[in-house]
Amino acid sequence: MAETQSASRDDAPASAAKHQDQATEALIDQQGDHVVGRAVTINRSRDELFAFWRDFANLVTFMDNVERVDVIDAQRSHWVVKAPGGRTVEWDARITEEEAGRLIAWASEPGADIVNSGRIEFRDAGARGTVVVATIAYDPPGGAIGKFVAKLFQREPAIQARRDLRRFKQLMETGEVATSSRTRAQLEEEKA
Amino acid sequence: MRALTWHGKHDVRMETVDDPEILNPRDAIIKITSTAICGSDLHLYDAYIPTLQAGDILGHEFMGEVVEVGPKSTLKKGQRVVVPFTIACGSCYHCNKHQYSACPNGLPADNQDIAMPLYGHEMSGLFGYSHMTGGYAGGQAEYVRVPFSDVGPIVIPDGVDDDKVLFLSDILPTGWMAAENAEIEAGDTVAVWGCGPVGLFCVQSAFLMGAERVIAIDHFPSRLELAKKFGAETINFEESKTYEALMEMTGGIGPDTVIDAVGLEAHGFFVDNVIDQIKASTFLGTDRPHSIRQAIIACRKGGRVSMPAVYGGFVDKFPLGAFMEKGLTLKTGQTHVQHYMPGLLNAIMEDKIDTTFLISHRLPLEQAPEGYKMFHDQQNEVTKIVLKPGMQLAA
Repeated sequence: MAETQSASRDDAPASAAKHQDQATEALIDQQGDHVVGRAVTINRSRDELFAFWRDFANLVTFMDNVERVDVIDAQRSHWVVKAPGGRTVEWDARITEEEAGRLIAWASEPGADIVNSGRIEFRDAGARGTVVVATIAYDPPGGAIGKFVAKLFQREPAIQARRDLRRFKQLMETGEVATSSRTRAQLEEEKA
Repeated sequence: MRALTWHGKHDVRMETVDDPEILNPRDAIIKITSTAICGSDLHLYDAYIPTLQAGDILGHEFMGEVVEVGPKSTLKKGQRVVVPFTIACGSCYHCNKHQYSACPNGLPADNQDIAMPLYGHEMSGLFGYSHMTGGYAGGQAEYVRVPFSDVGPIVIPDGVDDDKVLFLSDILPTGWMAAENAEIEAGDTVAVWGCGPVGLFCVQSAFLMGAERVIAIDHFPSRLELAKKFGAETINFEESKTYEALMEMTGGIGPDTVIDAVGLEAHGFFVDNVIDQIKASTFLGTDRPHSIRQAIIACRKGGRVSMPAVYGGFVDKFPLGAFMEKGLTLKTGQTHVQHYMPGLLNAIMEDKIDTTFLISHRLPLEQAPEGYKMFHDQQNEVTKIVLKPGMQLAA
């Protein structure tokens, strides 16, 4: 577990590690072998942010590569996600840990196109609102080459997670996701 | 609609493009009545800005009439508004501190990646100024889509001419904030490098803030003449040695506060060509970093440095030693336009600030390409060009 590794590490989060050392590995306590971590401060309350995220059907409003999330029941959801080359990948995800107003963790169920898990935490930031920390672990499709191809399409999860969190912040703070499109046609093209 | 589009170096064209539409709840569509060409537009024209794309609509100084509003806009059809060039949400941490040009919420998430490696942070979105600042269509057009229309645009009372209030969009707040950043105290002598529109507004603002003397520095005689009209003493750096003149004019003390308003003439949001910029400042000795170096060297001990001039990348040979040893303070930044608009509109209405003196030319929007060429080629004669979509073509 991550806590046991702290003796040899500084106070920086594992996602900022220069080398994917044991401490980083230990953070991936779910599945997958690449970890993505991002923190963003959002000027809203923990409860408000938690409630929005907890309804997985909402995620499509700011996660650009998510085509849709169908909520199956209180714990399970079905994800359809855009992949390079106009393809989609799908999986069922199950909530593995939940603490109201504080954290949600989920993991893909057996048979997923991409084995992955995620964890989102909400921490009080006083007058600044809430610090939201996302950690996503995944097996890139096709190993290193798959990751390279994905990067070309900008669907690479590290880039995607960063951009998704910015859009989450925009949506929560302003009620909308920024676009510089001029027309509806341009906006649709951008989202495709 | 008709719009001025960028296609490459010295190649801007009037084209017919699709009208803008309401895309987000807080949007408004503005029918442009007046829009100006900014000095910083010339650097798009000169193709210094790498993240510009063919077909982009330029223009970040504009005003007009509200013709359509989204469900969350607070504007009403028919209102006349001036639009700030910075796009800010009004409700994030930075907006709450009135640091509007630091608002991240108007800059599309993908575009935020462009500035990150260079600045470490994203900045606010800007109209008509490359994709690093969002890729928003600008206001040198018949219509423009304005996001966060409940926060940015300021409503102008009926009967007030466009020409009097248009510059609330950028250059007047920029000049005012520069003077504010100079933390002027009663009795101060303020030196201003650059008598472009921003420098000239610095001169006016400095006097309003209690400066006893303002010394304006440039090499265009007509611009120095305008500075003189507002009470400034002048130094033409082609005729006089700037440092020597400043020291003599201040009894050997140096100006209490110095303002570098030159960069807008030769700046850039450099990304790809940072290396070129370093080369330029090292080997070619362009005026750009020269003005801030000179300002720091001339500033009195314990004085203040204000830098409205736009710098994009790195500057070589920054006199950090002089800066430290003399105990100077530097304040700078893109303008927090929304913060300054209401107060400056009042100052205009009360005739405390004159803005119309700046306009040397008025042209129909259709002649925008000629306007760019004129502004680019004749800086002494052309101080400011205002484009008007409705205006009849000159014969």
